[in-house]
Amino acid sequence: MSATTSTAAVPPSADVRKSRRRAEREAERRAQRLHSGLSGYWFLAPFAIVFLLFLIWPIVYGLWMSFTDRTLIGTNPGLVGLENYIEAFGDAQVWQTLWQTVFFTVISTIPLVIVALVMALLVFTGLPGQWLWRFAFFASFLLPVAVVTQVWGWMFQPDLGLFNTWLGNLGLDPVGWLTDERFAMWSIALVTVWWTVGFNFLLYLAALQAIPEHLYEAAAIDGAGAWRRLFSVTIPQLGRTTWLVLILQVLASLKVFDQIYLLTGGGPAGTTRSTLLYIYDTGFVNYRLGYASAISYIFFALIIVLSLIQLFNRRKEA
Amino acid sequence: MATASLVLPEVATRRAIRGADNRRATRLLLGSSASARTLAVIALVLMTLVWLLPFAWAIITSFKTEQDAASAATVWPASGWSLQAYTNVLTKGDLPIWMLNSVITAVLVTLITVVVSAMAGYAFSRTMFRGRAFALALTVASIMVPGQILIVPLFQQMLAFQMVDTYAGIILPQVVAPVMVFILKKFFDGIPSELLDAARVDGAGPWRTFFTIAVPLSKSILVAVAIFTFIGAWNNFLWPFIVTTDSALMTIPVGIATVTETYGLQYARTMASAMLAALPLLVVFMLFQRQIVRGVATTGLGGQ
Repeated sequence: MSATTSTAAVPPSADVRKSRRRAEREAERRAQRLHSGLSGYWFLAPFAIVFLLFLIWPIVYGLWMSFTDRTLIGTNPGLVGLENYIEAFGDAQVWQTLWQTVFFTVISTIPLVIVALVMALLVFTGLPGQWLWRFAFFASFLLPVAVVTQVWGWMFQPDLGLFNTWLGNLGLDPVGWLTDERFAMWSIALVTVWWTVGFNFLLYLAALQAIPEHLYEAAAIDGAGAWRRLFSVTIPQLGRTTWLVLILQVLASLKVFDQIYLLTGGGPAGTTRSTLLYIYDTGFVNYRLGYASAISYIFFALIIVLSLIQLFNRRKEA
Repeated sequence: MATASLVLPEVATRRAIRGADNRRATRLLLGSSASARTLAVIALVLMTLVWLLPFAWAIITSFKTEQDAASAATVWPASGWSLQAYTNVLTKGDLPIWMLNSVITAVLVTLITVVVSAMAGYAFSRTMFRGRAFALALTVASIMVPGQILIVPLFQQMLAFQMVDTYAGIILPQVVAPVMVFILKKFFDGIPSELLDAARVDGAGPWRTFFTIAVPLSKSILVAVAIFTFIGAWNNFLWPFIVTTDSALMTIPVGIATVTETYGLQYARTMASAMLAALPLLVVFMLFQRQIVRGVATTGLGGQ
């Protein structure tokens, strides 16, 4: 992504990419390795220990567990081969929770990108009181999830909650924000947008500040009005940030657990249950650790694919 | 007196610069159209009010008496403001203990993460050892692993280590931060090697070079990493929730989420707990606003 769209449209040739890679390697070598001998191991050792113990080992152990019928209480896990995976692919719950997770991801990600952009644009107009606006939009991101769900649970409360009181004042019927199958997931998405949009907002704000001024000046000379500037200069210039926000948001939303667990526990009738919630229920409520691990790895594979797409895309743009 | 006269102009200058920046931003984005500007102001104020509304509602509720909170759904307290909810949560119940647990675990997670990641970043950036490329590739690849899917095997491991319901069990799995290692490695890569080389020529060993040259030069990025680690650790729910069952070891997010039911429906009290749990990070934000904004901007750190 660059200011002149013509260069961005042409993919770099193999030669260019090769020479760029060579240059990178050169730069790497030039950033001289100061210390040789054993010191590198000593510097790396503390990280290596926690990394191997609390990340690599659980990955390997979990993978092994997914091939067993291990339960939380059982002592002698029997190997069952691919049985858990076969069961998972035939498990309606897996597909349903996966679908609900994807649904949540879509209905949360779209507003999380658009609202963040609108916020950043409004704040970037340079009105005085920048500190206040930034605080208003970012502060909720700093709240622990339990606080967020307590406050919103209270606002969603059927009888005394703020929303239903307002609806009542307008002469409308109360809504089962978290208990009606039609609304529950939307309510959770609403909470999620309120809670996490501040981070995307800051990313956009930073990107806005980096847009070269002369583009606006040129647009002004050409007589472009406010809307024209927005759609011809600002939004195209934010393309790269939008992609970053989008992909970070999709990866984050797929992993939704906390706010659903605390607001609805997956209900009503399992309609807000996400995949991670199903994994949790399978492992820690039904004690089927082997099966829970198998679902984890299927889910992991999905996330890896998405991450690779993002990586590939970034590579292409860089 | 002397310092005041020195400081004041500086503040004034900074304010003037900021004012000019703001005016320029307005001109750039909206042009000279007054209607566009008015519209933007209205939208901004409305959006701010909407975003602050849940805070306002929670704060007001926390200062109501329990009867007021639970009876009529009026916005303002019918029988006056009350500190009852706050005195209740601070004197009865476990909130002070959870607060202490959160402080202890979040501070330790932050300290250990920063030290461990900085050392590893330095190792990847400035030292030569066999297996370095492989270790780096493994670290970078592990960024993609969503920690949440590891709860089942990690919990098993904690059982085996007898770390369930211990600080170590809460803290240690949270200090593994390959993203931070990578960010710090990139930062160390950018330090001109002449600076570090000079120290070595002067006879400083690897540790001296690291602590006296590399670390001071990276203060800003280390602070950013520390702030984001702290926010993450303070707000982490899933892992502490899995690994603690004893109320005396819970952190604030876990405690107020799991123990509320025993209070029954005491809204004022619940909101007071929520506000107290939120307070420390809001203070952190006010103190480090600039670093947080810059941290997000330059590194894209954080995220739920």
